[in-house]
Amino acid sequence: MNSRERILARIRTAVAGAPEVALVPARPPAAATGREVELFAERVADYRAVVHVAEPGKEGAVIAEALARRGARRVVVPGGLPREWERAVRDHPGCEVVTDDPPLSAAELDAVDGVVTGCAAGIAETGTIVLDAGPGQGRRVLTLMPDYHLCLVRAGQIAAGVPQAVAALDPARPLTWISGPSATSDIELDRVEGVHGPRTLEVIVIR
Amino acid sequence: MSGTFLGMPAFPGNAAAAVHDSQLRFNLRKATRTIRGKRAAVVGELPDWEELRAAGKAIKDHTLRNLDRHLLRLEEAVTRAGGRVHWAADAAEANRIVAELVEATGETEVVKVKSMATQEIGLNEALAERGITAYETDLAELIVQLGDDLPSHILVPAIHRNRSEIREIFREKMGQWGRAAPGDLTDDPRALAEAARLHLRERFLSSKVAISGANFMIAETGTLVVLESEGNGRMCLTLPETLISVVGIEKLLPRWQDLEVFLQLLPRSSTGERMNPYTSTWTGAAEGQEFHLVLLDNGRTDVLADEVGRQALRCIRCSACLNVCPVYERVGGHAYGSVYPGPIGAILTPQLHGMTRATPASHGRGISELDASLPYASSLCGACFEACPVAIDIPEVLVHLRAKAPHPRSERLAMRAAGWVFDRPVRLARTQRLGGRLRRFVPGRLPGPGAAWTDTRDVPDIPAESFRDWWDRTEGGTR
Repeated sequence: MNSRERILARIRTAVAGAPEVALVPARPPAAATGREVELFAERVADYRAVVHVAEPGKEGAVIAEALARRGARRVVVPGGLPREWERAVRDHPGCEVVTDDPPLSAAELDAVDGVVTGCAAGIAETGTIVLDAGPGQGRRVLTLMPDYHLCLVRAGQIAAGVPQAVAALDPARPLTWISGPSATSDIELDRVEGVHGPRTLEVIVIR
Repeated sequence: MSGTFLGMPAFPGNAAAAVHDSQLRFNLRKATRTIRGKRAAVVGELPDWEELRAAGKAIKDHTLRNLDRHLLRLEEAVTRAGGRVHWAADAAEANRIVAELVEATGETEVVKVKSMATQEIGLNEALAERGITAYETDLAELIVQLGDDLPSHILVPAIHRNRSEIREIFREKMGQWGRAAPGDLTDDPRALAEAARLHLRERFLSSKVAISGANFMIAETGTLVVLESEGNGRMCLTLPETLISVVGIEKLLPRWQDLEVFLQLLPRSSTGERMNPYTSTWTGAAEGQEFHLVLLDNGRTDVLADEVGRQALRCIRCSACLNVCPVYERVGGHAYGSVYPGPIGAILTPQLHGMTRATPASHGRGISELDASLPYASSLCGACFEACPVAIDIPEVLVHLRAKAPHPRSERLAMRAAGWVFDRPVRLARTQRLGGRLRRFVPGRLPGPGAAWTDTRDVPDIPAESFRDWWDRTEGGTR
């Protein structure tokens, strides 16, 4: 008997005669409150991320201001980023746009100043952004190596809570859930922002 | 098997030494108080916390009851998505599988994401024996590895170290493992985190193989889930060409949607945050990576066979029970002598070592002294049960294991005698009267094995007259 058969047999012996436990039905999602954008912005800011709320069509200016403040000179732009967002990066004076086609090495990504992406979903209750490596987001490593991540979230992408977001996401895609800049609580259980992932997370919510 | 620290004496001896370490007690008090406050705040925010907790318990119980079926579904889904699944009955087999997978890549260095399962099986030591160096990348694990130390907490293995101790470890040891710490390193946590970032950066960029655990595996989709804070997990999961995940068979959830319950329970219970900074999920071979999943039993099916003890397999390793435990706060994690410290460790470690297989007739022979002592590492106050996000009744299991633990011959004889006396009212009355008459001769300190009990307690005074005799004589105090 190989280990696979042995483990399965041991499990069957162990639970033989134990009462069946019903799987709870999936919990009903909480109703939308209409306050998702405000709550999302508030909760993202709680993680010491920088948050802006922009009116639709005005986000290009906010991108340009953010890059100027950051002093970013070489910025990665994933394939499929909405044209007006990419144009805002491209038109920013003194800013060189770096694309991932052909794919950049991790070392090359380590040398850029930042990355601008969209996202797959937002979660208001927890202030979380979810990326699914889809258009406008790119491979997972794009938002990992650069020290600065500027992420745009449309109001329609923001779910009220975790259950709605899980239901809407595709598990076949590699997902990255981001709640604030990288951080650690490993020293005296005190939270410190900025370890291996981007040390600065800036979020633009488009109302 | 491994899973306890080699040569660890039993809990009482460890605890007695630990409570005299005032620095340790100070570090632990500060850290556990901080985290208790944060947890209470974010748990209080959710009006449906108890409902979530009940859902978490039910999902885990269902999974454990149907573990064979769900594991087969997982295997099929992971394989379909381009991953390879390996089954390991014990630590030695898991270590051998991982070592062979690493050797097949031709690499001699691997980076690791913090993982309890690989600590449990002693993977780093097993790889070292075959000439493979495993580099820990979680900050607290790095502190433990550089300091040639042992982990003392599930979430924060270096919780027993304060910032100035960490600074000393970094200054002395970082250079031996790779990039040295900056010469002007201070004990500011920001500076320490920055030193770890610089130390590990090139390691991440050059590593071809990574080893991880997983917080959850989804049976229906074959998805693995890792929660973390620093981004070292993302580095390890994303950059290397080969990813090997070693995961206990109990880490399974049946459906993708079940994840919502646990993504709410775990971060709030663990780091006291609404959500941890990074959660990665991947299904099979993601973005062209080679992916191997090693499913680990290593005693878990023994735990599953015990009706009372099997609830310990619901554990999601959040460490909330450690942070609220009055015993843990005073003695720290090393006293428990295993990678699983605190209340959950006190019930998990002896069970993983097969303690519940002991029958009343065997008197627990073959159980190590440490394992036998762990079920007593508790005052049974119940704070752990209340804090547990999957409602593991730890006090219930502790009492159950105390019955399974070996008891010395003198104790068994005394208990048998007591049983005989209490069995008949007339025997009890006679013994009480005899005791009342002889009470002048009872010493304040007991001799022989009883001395350990009277070291910290007085023998209670025996009354001249029993309550029943008093009641009969006075007709309930009316005469």
